[in-house]
Amino acid sequence: MSKKLQLTAGLVLMLTVMPAQAFAMHIMEGFLPPVWAASWGVLCIPFIVMGLSSINKTVGENPRLKIILAMAGAFAFVLSALKIPSVTGSCSHPTGVGLGAILFGPTAMSVLGLIVLLFQAVLLAHGGLTTLGANAFSMAVAGPLVAFATYRLVKKAKGPQWLGVFLAAALGDLMTYVVTSVQLAIAFPAEVGGFGASLGKFMGIFALTQIPLAISEGILTVLIFNAIAAYGKDELKGLNLLQKEG
Amino acid sequence: METGALNGAKKNRLFVNLLLVFVVVVLAVIPLYVARDAEFEGADGKAEEAIAEIKADYEPWFSPVFEPKSSEIESALFALQAAIGAAVIGYGLGYLRGRKKKEDEQGT
Repeated sequence: MSKKLQLTAGLVLMLTVMPAQAFAMHIMEGFLPPVWAASWGVLCIPFIVMGLSSINKTVGENPRLKIILAMAGAFAFVLSALKIPSVTGSCSHPTGVGLGAILFGPTAMSVLGLIVLLFQAVLLAHGGLTTLGANAFSMAVAGPLVAFATYRLVKKAKGPQWLGVFLAAALGDLMTYVVTSVQLAIAFPAEVGGFGASLGKFMGIFALTQIPLAISEGILTVLIFNAIAAYGKDELKGLNLLQKEG
Repeated sequence: METGALNGAKKNRLFVNLLLVFVVVVLAVIPLYVARDAEFEGADGKAEEAIAEIKADYEPWFSPVFEPKSSEIESALFALQAAIGAAVIGYGLGYLRGRKKKEDEQGT
């Protein structure tokens, strides 16, 4: 029995301690060749422009939503400041963009996400100004888009609200880092195996790193969504998020 | 009786919320045991190594305009970021809660 136990313990240890290269945060300053840095930045522009006008419209129609908009931005602020350990033995942080995407639409969240990234790039040397475009595309464009689409899908399938919020936030979080690894793989194709090999390398580990964080983000988003829904029913109704149920 | 049921639902919700918070904490603690020997450094630092492996001669062509002088200062700034966000969320929730209370009192 003890032999078996030793073997299992050994195997478990071996599998878990195996050195894993992890990449699961924003792309560092200067680490994306200029062409790509610029391209991703340009790709973001339409979303930011649409987001600004979407925010203007929302707030113009219902000024009371300002406070909830601020809270959605603040949520992304808090979550992306929390570096949480993950099973791969490195730390990463959630994005917090799912909430805003569900409440105000994906492009509005692009604007808020950009603000968060800018703060981190300038004051924290986390991410970077040259990689701002790429990071904004993954966290502020792709993540919110996926979150928004997921929420809509669950709603369409008549799934419960909490499930929609949970899946939206979790998948949006995961998608952010999937896009990050695609961006890195495009910029740094492996000599052997090219884009695919690099992508596999970046994704393999980092899907793992981010999965528990994505679940956490999903749960936290459900909590904050419920809190807002409990006290701000009128606002959420204004956003067409609450059906007549209570 | 009705208020009793309402209180029950409230208690139930509180329990579920606490449970969810607990799950989040557990998700953050488990890795510390699963990957005991890991250093838990920031993953972006490790990315530099990964890139160096793929393309050894790559030189970052731009450096951060401002870099916190030490990890302590960096932690402080991250804490500041979280604090600002948490303050706004707390203010918002308090505002909404107070307003709802007032409306409930006036409404019924």
